[in-house]
Amino acid sequence: MPLAPPPRAPGALHPLHAMLLAFPVALFPGTLLADVTYLNSSEMQWSNFAAWLNAGALLFGAPALLWAVISAVRGPGRRAYALLLAATWIAGLVNAFQHSRDGWSSVGTTGLALSILSTVLVLAAGWAGYSVPRGGRLA
Amino acid sequence: MMHVRTFAAATTLALVLGLSGCGKGPDLDQTGPRPTLPGQDETLLPPMKIARPAGWDGAMPTVPQGFTITPLATGLKIPRQMLVLPNGDVLVAEGLGGGAPKLRPKDLIAGYIKSLGKTGTKGGNRVTLLRDADGDGRAELKSVLIDNLDAPYGLALVGGDLYVANQGALLRFPYRPGQTRIDAPGVEVTKLPAKPNHHWTKSLAASADGSKLYVGIGSNSNVGERGMAVEEERAVVWEIDRASGAHRTYASGIRNPTALAINPATQALWAVANERDELGAQLVPDYLTSVRPGAFYGWPYSYWGDHVDPRVHPQKPEMVRKAIAPDYALGSHVAALGLSFVTGGGFGGGYSDGAFVGEHGSWNRQDLAGYKVVWIPFTNGRPNGKPQDFVTGFIGKDGKARGRPVGVTYNALDRTLLVADDLSNTVWRIAPTPRGGTR
Repeated sequence: MPLAPPPRAPGALHPLHAMLLAFPVALFPGTLLADVTYLNSSEMQWSNFAAWLNAGALLFGAPALLWAVISAVRGPGRRAYALLLAATWIAGLVNAFQHSRDGWSSVGTTGLALSILSTVLVLAAGWAGYSVPRGGRLA
Repeated sequence: MMHVRTFAAATTLALVLGLSGCGKGPDLDQTGPRPTLPGQDETLLPPMKIARPAGWDGAMPTVPQGFTITPLATGLKIPRQMLVLPNGDVLVAEGLGGGAPKLRPKDLIAGYIKSLGKTGTKGGNRVTLLRDADGDGRAELKSVLIDNLDAPYGLALVGGDLYVANQGALLRFPYRPGQTRIDAPGVEVTKLPAKPNHHWTKSLAASADGSKLYVGIGSNSNVGERGMAVEEERAVVWEIDRASGAHRTYASGIRNPTALAINPATQALWAVANERDELGAQLVPDYLTSVRPGAFYGWPYSYWGDHVDPRVHPQKPEMVRKAIAPDYALGSHVAALGLSFVTGGGFGGGYSDGAFVGEHGSWNRQDLAGYKVVWIPFTNGRPNGKPQDFVTGFIGKDGKARGRPVGVTYNALDRTLLVADDLSNTVWRIAPTPRGGTR
């Protein structure tokens, strides 16, 4: 770990890891809301917002994912969290490409489905990540 | 937990490889009046291939047997369109406009990738005069005729009035034959739609009788993805009354009319136009067409007549019904930027009636298209036959681009063809090899 771990509940995420995870947890649902607004309004700006929110989720999600995968490889715990976050990030990456298409094709049915998928996955990943394992011995 | 990383890496790789497609299709005939139009192929990653620049290094473009090519001038600053003056002097508009804001992550990435195919030279924002008095194919005199312009592109001369189409206004300058420098300030004939200038080039032609000026104004997006509010008076050709400066929309739905010219056989206005991207390597063909007054050519709602583009929302079936197909396809993504008809019998033989088209070259397909100047034979004022390669060799054997053709201008005074090359910043001159000549 790059920083000396401050005092915290045994098994809880490192504060920096937790903050990185907060971005995709907030931004993927934001992407979904912007997509829904675009589909209801045909106003391109909402699709642009969605693309940036999704890109921000990927940007901050990448180090969180790396951290999660390294922790999962080193220790026996938190495999479900790492897997869920990996699946989230991949869905978000595909959605970034989808959102780079022009006009209605930037969202459409596929983009909405991907936004729903990454939202559900990131909420599950967040739930798993922020939960302190029972027994509290895992790092 | 190795399988987590392996899974992630493998999935990402599969996505990137699989979903971008190969960007190539079967060989389709996409030139002429009835191009083959395949189904739409929107991929997650559009196929992008840019030929990286490399110098000519003494080499020159390839021209047909019986012709000789020379660099009329080098060291220019993004030469785009040209004009031959009555005394044989050649004007070159040099500039690079645009500056539309980047609205989403894609704009950053695509902008970077496209910049790899450019030299980084700054546009000259000027009109340069070239004079080759001894006729050896190299200009001895290179003089800045007009300076401090704003991305000039289209040029036209009517009598003693020289017109320059900046990216935001049409200007008029007084011109006397033989002049090599104009210090008089330009008079603004009319403002032109200027913001945000996603497609910034303002092509220009004067009507045969000189009473009207035509200005081609490109769209502000690929297919409306900047919102339709910025597309007012875009993707249109304006007709401007030369005396009053008043304008009307002459034709619309032409995505990016990059060059205008008067057909000498019919006196009708013709244009080359660049069609939309990201529907596949073989959609949509760029085209050469007569510009019919009042006609709607489909953009953004449809292409080649009634082929609906699903990316525009809300869709407008009533506009699709109005849309007409252009006259002649040049091929998908060739990026036609130059158009010039020959007059007075041209080069003779197979080159006596027709038009040259400069093709800047593609980015939206893996197999490079364009990067050449083609000849399109005409009969009775209509295209008659397939495009023939006229100037080639812009892509080297190493796959790098030596040059990219933009404007083409047939010079009837000395029977030569001029080609502006905005990658090597050269104006090329192609002339029939003199009988008994050495080359």
